[in-house]
Amino acid sequence: MTKGRKFAMYLFLCIMSFISVFPLYWMVSAATNKSVDVTRGRLIPGTYLIENFKNLIASQNIGRALGNSFKYAIILTIISLIICSLAGYGFEIFHDKAKDAVMSVILLAMMVPFVATLIPLFQMFSKVGWLNSTIGFILPTISTPFLIMMFRQSARSFPHDIIEAARIDGLSEIRIFFQMFIPTMKSTYAAAMTITFMNAWNNYLWPKVIMTDEKSMTMPMVVANLTQGYVTDYGMLMLAVLICTLPTAIVFFCLQKSFAEGITGAVK
Amino acid sequence: MSKPSKKMSLDKKHNLTGWAFLTPAALLILVMSFVPMVKALILSFQTGVGAAMKPCGIANYSRMFKDTVFMQSVKNTFFYLIIQVPIMLVLALILASILNNRNLRFKGLFRTMIFLPCATSLVAYATIFRSLFANNGIINLALTKLGILDAPYSFLTHPTSAKIVIIIGLLWRWTGYNMVFYLSGLQNIEYSVYEAAKIDGASPIQTFFKITVPLLKPTILLTAIMSTNGTLQLFDESVNLTDGGPANASITMSHYIYNMSFKYVPNFGYAAAMSFFILILVAILAFIQMKVGDKRD
Repeated sequence: MTKGRKFAMYLFLCIMSFISVFPLYWMVSAATNKSVDVTRGRLIPGTYLIENFKNLIASQNIGRALGNSFKYAIILTIISLIICSLAGYGFEIFHDKAKDAVMSVILLAMMVPFVATLIPLFQMFSKVGWLNSTIGFILPTISTPFLIMMFRQSARSFPHDIIEAARIDGLSEIRIFFQMFIPTMKSTYAAAMTITFMNAWNNYLWPKVIMTDEKSMTMPMVVANLTQGYVTDYGMLMLAVLICTLPTAIVFFCLQKSFAEGITGAVK
Repeated sequence: MSKPSKKMSLDKKHNLTGWAFLTPAALLILVMSFVPMVKALILSFQTGVGAAMKPCGIANYSRMFKDTVFMQSVKNTFFYLIIQVPIMLVLALILASILNNRNLRFKGLFRTMIFLPCATSLVAYATIFRSLFANNGIINLALTKLGILDAPYSFLTHPTSAKIVIIIGLLWRWTGYNMVFYLSGLQNIEYSVYEAAKIDGASPIQTFFKITVPLLKPTILLTAIMSTNGTLQLFDESVNLTDGGPANASITMSHYIYNMSFKYVPNFGYAAAMSFFILILVAILAFIQMKVGDKRD
């Protein structure tokens, strides 16, 4: 490769990386600065973090929103992983024509836009009193075609010999699943966990519809509320954005590899 | 579970166990996706408020095409789709093929940085971009300091620039995401193919069009369908970045449906009709993309 071409390639990558990172850097630096300094263009991290934090907790109940978001996201992730991996395993290990047909119908559900189900879901849930509840938050997204497909794909690589051997040893099907499949497929579960947790945490439209009570609000909803005023306190706002981003960023960094594998793994 | 009884053959037992494994998930999808979809279809032929719904034929559907705001939201959504999706996919492809280069240094670092925006929630990044492009935001400050602008330009209150800011935001958030798909697709291509092309004197641009693009075709098709599907359902950005404004100039279909159902006086019948319109669009576009994808085989 010529030197000029190499230089152009690195320059391009540096520019793209800068564009990708700058808004996040700006968020962190703004969270530690006074709003006036932020609008003056100060880009160096400041010492106003504590003050911003005090202002933020005075204006919004951040602790409660964080607690809600964690509660909804963790419960959803655990149940979703169990239900979808059971299904993916069932579709692959016990597959026959009828089950394959059910699977293709399930895949069709991927094409149904969420808004097309939004209003009937809201009506159903308000009728049974599930507004402002954890079950209301989690139920529409517990079972997703994407996760089922991902687990079906990973069950394909699970050796049938092991299942046969376990059956001869007298292990029940459900124990084969819990004691042999789950421990072997740790990486698939890690990927599925990352994706499900991030989607649950970031979900905005559905909680905005069913969390009508301030007490049930999630973190993204609180962040969205902060921008409604006429005067924006950038320091405080960016601190809220930072707090909202940290949990998913931590999950992202710990499981970056499995996240990348996860989003692409289901479609290989 | 006990050993298979004599009455039930082993095959039959396995068959039933299989159904037991997949029933919870299948039932949930039925009740949470397909049932509401049918209900929305029924609702779309009704009008009224709350429990007092009356049949109204296709009135909701004919109203839709006369509703200037809805038509504006359709136009906006297609504007985002036609401009943002191709730019994003091409950019992601270029980045992936550069990062696939074995001799590249700091590969992991570049990949992580470009993938990083995926760690943010949609509301969070929309809020960041809203602040960056605000009148007193850093972009205006930089442009005035550099002498490109005389006075701060109000990006979010001009129809075209508001839409462009949304497109910039979308590109920022999703290019790295799509790049990861291409990178993993490229890993399935034998690297020796590239080395052979190099020995044969193929330029990087020839390699890109003759090897990378054709071999990644299934992945490209998949990302195109996913991005189209996602763009047709845009909501968070429209609400939090521009609030649909100025005067609905950047509002998306989902945002308008939300307003129609939960912000203004609720009109569930009409909103359901509009949501069905999106469903049909998603189906048609996915169908077209799959047909086009097949043809090039």
